[in-house]
Amino acid sequence: MTTQHAPAPGHDIHRHDNHGFLHSVETGAAVDGPGMRFVYFMAGCLFRCLYCHNPDTWKLHNGRRVELEDMLAEVAPYAGFLNFAGGVTFSGGEPMMQAAFVGRVAAEIKARHGLHIALDTQGFLHHTVPDDWFDPIDLVMLDIKHIDPARYLELTSQPLQPTLDCAERLVRLGKPLRIRYVLVPGWTDAQADVEGLADYVAGLKAQGGDVEMVEVLPFHQMGTSKWDKLGLEYRLRDTPTPTPEGTEAVRDIFRARGLVAT
Amino acid sequence: MNVQNDIPLDHPWDGFSDGSWRNAIDVRGFIQENYTPYLGDASFLAGPTDRTRKLWDELSDLLKKEREAGVLDVSADTPSSITAHDAGYIDRDLEIIVGLQTDAPLKRAIMPNGGLRMVEVGMKAYGFKPDPVVHEIWTKYRKSHNQGVFDVYSPDIMAARRSGVITGLPDAYGRGRIIGDYRRVALYGIDALKERKKAEFHELDDAVFDEAMLRTREELQEQFRALGELHEMGLKYGIDLAKPARTAREAIQFTYLAYLAAVKEQNGAAMSLGRISTFLDIYIERDFARGTLTEEAAQEMIDDLVIKLRIVRFLRTPEYDELFSGDPTWVTEVIGGIGLDGRPLCSKTSMRVLQTLYNLGPAPEPNLTVLWSDRLPEGFKHFCTKVSKDTSAIQYENDDLMREKWGDDYGIACCVSAMAIGKQMQFFGARANLAKALLYAINGGVDEKSGKLVVEGFEPITAEVLDYDEVMAKFDKTMDWLAKTYVKALNCIHYMHDKYAYERIEMALHDRDILRTMACGIAGLSITADSLSAIKHAKVEVIRNDDGLAVDYRITGDYPAFGNNDDRVDGIAAWLTETFMSKVAAQPYFYRDSVPTQSILTITSNVVYGKKTGCTPCGRRAGEPFAPGANPMNGRDTKGFVAAGASVAKLPYDYAQDGISWTASATPTSMGHTEDEQVRNLSNCLDGFTRAGGFHVNVNMLTKDVLVDAMDHPEKYPQLTVRVSGYAVNFVKLTREQQLDVISRTFHATM
Repeated sequence: MTTQHAPAPGHDIHRHDNHGFLHSVETGAAVDGPGMRFVYFMAGCLFRCLYCHNPDTWKLHNGRRVELEDMLAEVAPYAGFLNFAGGVTFSGGEPMMQAAFVGRVAAEIKARHGLHIALDTQGFLHHTVPDDWFDPIDLVMLDIKHIDPARYLELTSQPLQPTLDCAERLVRLGKPLRIRYVLVPGWTDAQADVEGLADYVAGLKAQGGDVEMVEVLPFHQMGTSKWDKLGLEYRLRDTPTPTPEGTEAVRDIFRARGLVAT
Repeated sequence: MNVQNDIPLDHPWDGFSDGSWRNAIDVRGFIQENYTPYLGDASFLAGPTDRTRKLWDELSDLLKKEREAGVLDVSADTPSSITAHDAGYIDRDLEIIVGLQTDAPLKRAIMPNGGLRMVEVGMKAYGFKPDPVVHEIWTKYRKSHNQGVFDVYSPDIMAARRSGVITGLPDAYGRGRIIGDYRRVALYGIDALKERKKAEFHELDDAVFDEAMLRTREELQEQFRALGELHEMGLKYGIDLAKPARTAREAIQFTYLAYLAAVKEQNGAAMSLGRISTFLDIYIERDFARGTLTEEAAQEMIDDLVIKLRIVRFLRTPEYDELFSGDPTWVTEVIGGIGLDGRPLCSKTSMRVLQTLYNLGPAPEPNLTVLWSDRLPEGFKHFCTKVSKDTSAIQYENDDLMREKWGDDYGIACCVSAMAIGKQMQFFGARANLAKALLYAINGGVDEKSGKLVVEGFEPITAEVLDYDEVMAKFDKTMDWLAKTYVKALNCIHYMHDKYAYERIEMALHDRDILRTMACGIAGLSITADSLSAIKHAKVEVIRNDDGLAVDYRITGDYPAFGNNDDRVDGIAAWLTETFMSKVAAQPYFYRDSVPTQSILTITSNVVYGKKTGCTPCGRRAGEPFAPGANPMNGRDTKGFVAAGASVAKLPYDYAQDGISWTASATPTSMGHTEDEQVRNLSNCLDGFTRAGGFHVNVNMLTKDVLVDAMDHPEKYPQLTVRVSGYAVNFVKLTREQQLDVISRTFHATM
C-alpha cells in the first residue's frame, strides 16, 4: 500500500494539440450531461481525491495515445444518434490536463457534427487556456469538491481557489453551468459546509451566472476494487454511502436558495 | 358486477364501416377501417377496481402455493381437448372474462399427443401419479408425435442431438409458434367461420388428390370439427360463440375463448396471442359512443383478460425447464406499430394493456411486445419506456423492419418470430450450437467434452497455433454438415407433428393457403465471432489433452470483441449469420414447401449451451454460459450499451428473418437523474437502435442489489420480473445458475 502525493501543478500537463491520451469511452452515459452522452474519459489528473472512483485514470500513460482523427473516429458512428438524443462529454481524469488537445477535438466535433458538448472538470487548470477555448463547449459541469479551503486541500491534495476562479470566469463568459458535488459522509456532508457551498453557488447565480442546476452525487464504493488493484491505500473503505433521505436533504439546502438541485 | 348495460343492437356490426371485410374473412381490413389511433398521453388510464384487486389477491394465494410446489395440480386422467374439461373459475362471482384450461385454476392439463414421455416424466417430477388408462392408450392404441419422430431419426441426428450441437428440438413436446387469428371468432362468429372452412374444402373437390391434397382435405375437416368444439366449449360457460360479438365484453370474451381452445388443445413451446389490443379497442370505442361503458369498466375487462393470460400453464419436464426456465408460455401480444398508411396502430387499449403491469403488478406473461418505430406518438413511447423502467416487463421489436416484410397485421410468436396473423405459421426449429461446431472443426468432429466421434470424415487441426485460413476452411465444411443434419431433423419433426399432433383449432383460425417458414436458429454467435477474431487478430495456441484433443487455448495479444461497434469483428458476426443461413437454405428439401429462416436467439438455453460446450478460442472457459441471443459476451462490451447495440444492429435481418435478440440491462438511475429524463433517454435510445436497423431489445431496468436479495429471499419478490432473451420470467422461478447468469451480465451502470 502506498499513499498518493499530488503532482506539482504544471508538472504533468500535456501541452500538445496533435495527440492526447484517452483512457476509455462510454457510449451509453445518461447522467453526464443532458440526454444520452458519448463520454471521453481522458487520462491524467492532478488531483488525488480520497473518494476518486477512477484512480486508474490519474496518469496520462493510463490512457492510450490517440491522434485527432482517432478521437473523431470514436464518436462519428454515433453522431446521428447524439444529435437528437444528447451529445458529447469530456470527462476523465481531468480533461483540462490535455486542454490543447481536448480543445481541438471539441472544436472539430462542433464543426463536423454540430453536437452539444459538455466538459466535466474541477476547473483547477482553467488559467492555462484562453477564453475562446471555451467557445465549442456548450456546458461546463464544474466539480466543487468542498467549499472550505483547508478541507478541500485535505480531500483533493490541491487548493480550492483556482476552482472558484474558474467558476467566476465561466460566469463572466456567460457559460451554462452545472455544479457537481459529491456527497461523502463524514467529509462533505456537514450542514455548514453544504450551506457555505449553496450560498456560494447562489452568489454565482446572483452575479448573472447561468447555473442550470446543482447535481448532488451520492458517494459510492464502486471504485474500491480499482484502488486495491493499483495497490493504493483507500482511506474511504469504511465510509458508508449516503442514504436517499440524507441526499435529498442536502439537495433541499440548495433548493432553499432558489437553485435547481438533483 | 354489471359492467355494461346490455342495450341491444339490431346487428352486431352496427356502427362499423361498410367495407369489404363484411364479405370475407378480413380482420385487418376491419381494423384499418374502424380503429381510432390514440396520440395522447397516459393520463386517461384507470387504476384497478376493488373487484380486480380482490380477484388478483385470491389468485396470488394460489400462485404462492404453486411456487412452493412447482406444480399445483394436474388433471391426470383427462387428456386435454377443447371440450375435455368442464367450466372452471377462479371465483365465479368476481370474474368478468371467464374460461380456464381445465376445471380449476393452475390445474395443468396433459396433452399426450405431443409425447407421452413428457407427460409422465413431468408428472413424476412434481409428485403426481401417471394415469394407467392414459398410459395404455398412448402405448397400445395411439402413437404420439414423439414416437413418430424417433421412428425416423437417423444416427447422425441422434448423435448431434446427444452431444448438444443441436439442442431444444421440439421432438418430445408441442412445437407451438403458431398464432391463430383469435379475433376472427369475435368479429365473425363460429357459424360464419365454419361456412368459410366448408367452402375452402369444397373448392378443392376437383383438385388432383395427391398426398398433399389429401392431407389438406383431412386437415380442413379437422379444423371444421374443432370450430364446432370451440362452440361447444363456450356453451359450457353459458356463452354462445355462433354469432359475432355485440359488445366490448363479448369481443374480449370471444377472442379469449378462441385462444383458450388453443391452449386446451396444444402444449406448444410458445402459445402466442397475436395482436388483439387495437382490434378490441374498436369495440370499446363503440360502447363508449353508445354510452354503455366507462373507462374504469373498460380497464377492468382488460385487467381481467390479462389475469387469465397470466395463468396459462403447461406440464413440462425438468429438462425442458432447464432449457426454457421459469415456466414460460409466451403468451405474446404485440402492441403499437405503424400501419401501411402511416397511421400509428396504437390505441387507448394498447395503453390499457400496458397499464395492467401497474394494476396487477409486474409479470412475465403475457409477453408484452411493443412494435417500435420512431414514428410512434410521443405519448405512447414515453408510457412504454416508463413501464419498462418500472417493471422491466416489456420487449421492443423493430416495426420498420418487419412491416416491410410482413405487412401491418403481424404478430410475434414466442420471442421474436414475426408472422402475418392468420396467414402464416412457422415450423419451430430451436437452434444449432455454432460455437460447438467451431470446436468440431478444430477437433475433426470429435466432441471436446465426451471425446466421442460425432461427425464422420473430418480431419482435426494439428498445428500448435491456429491458422485463420485453415480454421475457416474446416469450419465451412463443419457448418455444411451441421446445416444438413439440422434440416433433416426438422423435416422429421414437422412431418410427424402434422401427422400426430396437428393444431386443429389454431389452424382453423388461419386461411387455408398460408406461408410456412422453417425456423432454424443459431446459438453462440458472439463467442464464435470472438473466437474467429482472436484467431485472426491475436495468437491462439492450442492446448491438447493426452488423447490429442484440443481442450483449451492460450491467447497472446488483444483481439477486437463483438459488442464494441468494431467492424473487424462485427463483420465476422454478420458473415456467420449470412453463411449459416445460406447453408441452411441450400438444403434440398423443406417439409411442406416451407421457407427457411433463422433466428439468433437462445431464450435461457444460453446457460445449458454453455455447460455442454468446452473452452472456446475466445478465452471463454468450458461450461461458462454463452451470451444470450445475439448479445456480446458478458464483460467484453467495454464501450457501453450504445456501442453494443450498434454491433447487434449490424446483424442482417434479411438473413435472420426469424429474429435477432438482444438483452440490455441498466440501473434506472444510470439512465437519467429524473424519471422524466430516464423515460426520454430510453425512448431516444430505442429510436436510435431501430433507426440503426436493430431488431429486438429486452430492456431491464434493475439494480443488482434487488436481484441478489431476491435470490436469498424469493418470498419477498413474487412478482419480480426480468427479461431474458425474448421473454420475461419471474426471477425467483429461475434456477440458481440462471439467476447468477442474469446477475453476472453486464450491468451498464456508469463508471
